[in-house]
Amino acid sequence: MILQPIIKAQGLVKHYGRVVALDHADLELYPGEVLGVIGDNGAGKSTLIKAISGALQVNAGEILLENKPVSFKNPMEAREAGIETVYQNLAVSPALSISDNMYLGREIRIAGILGKVFRMLDKKTMQQQAREKLSDLGLLTIQNINQAIETLSGGQRQGVAVARAVAFGSRVVIMDEPTAALGVKESKLVINLIKDVREQGMPVILISHNMPQVFEVSDRIQILRLGKSVAVVKPETHSMSEAVSIMTGALDPNDHEAGAYCSPHNGN
Amino acid sequence: MRFYPGSSMVSFMSEFLENKTKEDDYNPVGMNTGGEVADFSEKHFSVANKTHRFFHSQPVAAPAIILLTSIIVFGLIVGDRFFHPYNFSLILQQVTIIGILAVAQTLVIMTAGIDLSVGAIMVISSVVMGRLAVDFGFPPVLAIIVGLFVGAFFGGLNGFFIVRFKMPPMIVTLGTWNIIYALNIWYSNSETIRSGDVRDIAPLLQWTGNSFNFLGGRLTFGSILMVIIFVVVWYALNWTPWGRHVYATGDDPEAAALTGIRTDRILMSVYILAGVICAFCGWVIIGRIGAISPASGTTANLDSITAVVIGGTSFFGGRGSIYGALFGALIVGVFRNGLALAGLDVLWQEFTVGALIIIAVAVDQWIRRVGS
Repeated sequence: MILQPIIKAQGLVKHYGRVVALDHADLELYPGEVLGVIGDNGAGKSTLIKAISGALQVNAGEILLENKPVSFKNPMEAREAGIETVYQNLAVSPALSISDNMYLGREIRIAGILGKVFRMLDKKTMQQQAREKLSDLGLLTIQNINQAIETLSGGQRQGVAVARAVAFGSRVVIMDEPTAALGVKESKLVINLIKDVREQGMPVILISHNMPQVFEVSDRIQILRLGKSVAVVKPETHSMSEAVSIMTGALDPNDHEAGAYCSPHNGN
Repeated sequence: MRFYPGSSMVSFMSEFLENKTKEDDYNPVGMNTGGEVADFSEKHFSVANKTHRFFHSQPVAAPAIILLTSIIVFGLIVGDRFFHPYNFSLILQQVTIIGILAVAQTLVIMTAGIDLSVGAIMVISSVVMGRLAVDFGFPPVLAIIVGLFVGAFFGGLNGFFIVRFKMPPMIVTLGTWNIIYALNIWYSNSETIRSGDVRDIAPLLQWTGNSFNFLGGRLTFGSILMVIIFVVVWYALNWTPWGRHVYATGDDPEAAALTGIRTDRILMSVYILAGVICAFCGWVIIGRIGAISPASGTTANLDSITAVVIGGTSFFGGRGSIYGALFGALIVGVFRNGLALAGLDVLWQEFTVGALIIIAVAVDQWIRRVGS
């Protein structure tokens, strides 16, 4: 069976004045996979991801979502199309509770006149569903769904942000440096979360500086160099040092026995 | 392993690989963590830590405790005169104006802003109501409605400059405070509309000053209106999506925008609503004073900020509660009343209020530290 990519980005170009951030970059994300995106500083990782999540608009190139061309004017439109992004700064409100944060911007209101005219929140349903979403990800031991986000540790906050993205992202979850601010133990929890998300069948794009983590959790790894997509490697075929060599330009990916492009299909 | 001298990435890599050989820096995930992804269970905390957390989760607890303590202390010092129901209803009448303005001020401070023009908006609304009803013969109901629109307009003007031009709220409202004050003098010709004229021509304007017996004290309809405004705004903040969005916008505007909240609309709605509440207060102040004077309520804006701060609402936004403002206004009212009954000079009332502000902010900063 030949898989169709969920997201296919082709020839994306983005320049800021005379600085070229993306130089005909491509990206393909297939169902059920974790796609790592790595590259040296300034290689265009975040620009590529922002283009897909609607945070910026490209100068040229096209993005296909399930074979249909899309162009998002803002992150909201991408979210409506089913692409959820976990931002580096998490986009949570520290003083609000876990359930408030999970439903921020898409609150559920009580049915009937109370909800329609008086716009009353259905706190009970939201709390119950928030608890379910967190349990689905194995965050079972939450005692109080009403506790403020700021009383949680960094890993727990990440858990809430990831749970929110998975709960509402119908097609794709993008994670931008999810472990950058976390310690070793908490990073492991987040990596486990990413694995759980994949088990639920949701494809994930993971941007990270942390090579061992990318190699551990990714099915395929896209390598960016100077705004171009130079290679897509697999942890089974390429070592970390080979990936770094491709990143820095020391190794021509075509010289590698596995080639410059590893397809998502097995045995390739 | 190949080395490529001169590349920082590669030297980082080699460092990493050395660590890897020690096998203590990084274990494959999922080996030791088991099924538990994150542990949310509560740890055991000391008593001090628990107290800290309690005040953090219940921001209104501190002002409530201060209010109760001050009532008990003044009751012990002053005695029956303080505990008389009539005295309590007097305190309530005295805090009504500041209480209503504090609701408007709380909304604005919750979004990490500040509104110096609340007093000016209140007065110009009352002058418009009075001029229309008494001088131009408008039906009083219509005059009040126009006054409310005037409040909404000036609130919206504040919001427009703050949202559209990203100007600091303090500077914008400092400007509009002066502008509204000048317009107020111009529109009223610096003349006070006498209480008798209001009573004869438009008694509805003074209705907020009418009172009825309640448990031995006297409640005014203005105080009732204050309670209604508190309940309505409390509901809106705690039980509607709009309220959650106000908190989120004040807490972290960028994060709020990323979750899809139109923060510019939220800010605009907050300033307009604050203006309308100030206009309601304009109606209440007519009932309290009887006459309609362009010079009334000169210290009201600063008093409203005092009430909000003492009520535990944080100046950094996103934290606080509407009943905190009510407690704050009542605390100031109880202190002023109690100190006056105890026979102290007025200057010691001012001294105490100043001390309360500093203590309130110090407590707020201590409470906020629980998060970090």
